[in-house]
Amino acid sequence: MDDLRISPLQHLHHRLAEAGSDGPRGVRLRELAFSTQIGLRAEPGSAAHQRLAEVLGGLPGAVGETTGSPQQTATLWLAPDEFLTLAAPDSDHLLDQLKEALGDDPGQVVDLSANRTTVELIGGAARETLEKGVPADLHPRSFGIDQAVTTTLGPVPVLLWRTGENSFRVLLRSSYAEYLAHWLLDAVREFQVTS
Amino acid sequence: MMLIPCPHCGPRNETEFRYGGQAHVAYPRDPYALTDEQWGRYLFYRENPKGQFAERWVHTAGCRKWFNALRDTVTYEFLSTEATPGAAS
Repeated sequence: MDDLRISPLQHLHHRLAEAGSDGPRGVRLRELAFSTQIGLRAEPGSAAHQRLAEVLGGLPGAVGETTGSPQQTATLWLAPDEFLTLAAPDSDHLLDQLKEALGDDPGQVVDLSANRTTVELIGGAARETLEKGVPADLHPRSFGIDQAVTTTLGPVPVLLWRTGENSFRVLLRSSYAEYLAHWLLDAVREFQVTS
Repeated sequence: MMLIPCPHCGPRNETEFRYGGQAHVAYPRDPYALTDEQWGRYLFYRENPKGQFAERWVHTAGCRKWFNALRDTVTYEFLSTEATPGAAS
């Protein structure tokens, strides 16, 4: 099946790879395609919220918070009663577990895997690249490791997730991926020259 | 650029928000009992005060929740914001 499906940025993979550079003022770009994305909605304090939290090992409680780990399964805070769970491609068992946990209670467990793709930026200039188009404050004092916010990159609404000191993941809707990939290719050009 | 304090997400740029007009405009209890003029007033007539004004805002680029805000229409200062009752807190 893997050779049949085509990710939103597949045709730009080589350009994303070529645009990268190493060093303290370098940044590398790549697409992390096909991750499982599950939209969760449950009122905090409700039984359904508690059961979903048990499956995931906790749900984030406030803006910016995440639970889990970027390498395995992580859950991002979108709103007080709305969350996004990210897992490895084809994690159908997790979807089934969460659906079972919600049961017939008010709320949602929806497979949103096709909604967004992910672009990862790693390198000393990753923050500087994003700061060209993100209005949110990305300084470590207000945007630490394992924090995630809904914001905009240029004119496009994205989810921005800091997974490490110099690594960020940009979760963007597939239909904007082409535009944003070119936006990022343009934004990293200056770092190609200097490093 | 206004910095709007979303009750769920904290201060964010105004570009992330959309305006929802005057707050606390209740839907008529029995719309069929209204005259055309009263119905027109409900639909189209809003306060336009100089000074404090209770408004609705929605954080479209963030948590997508509606909330009420008290804003000074002269200074543009947000005096307070509160989550709309019923929205998860």
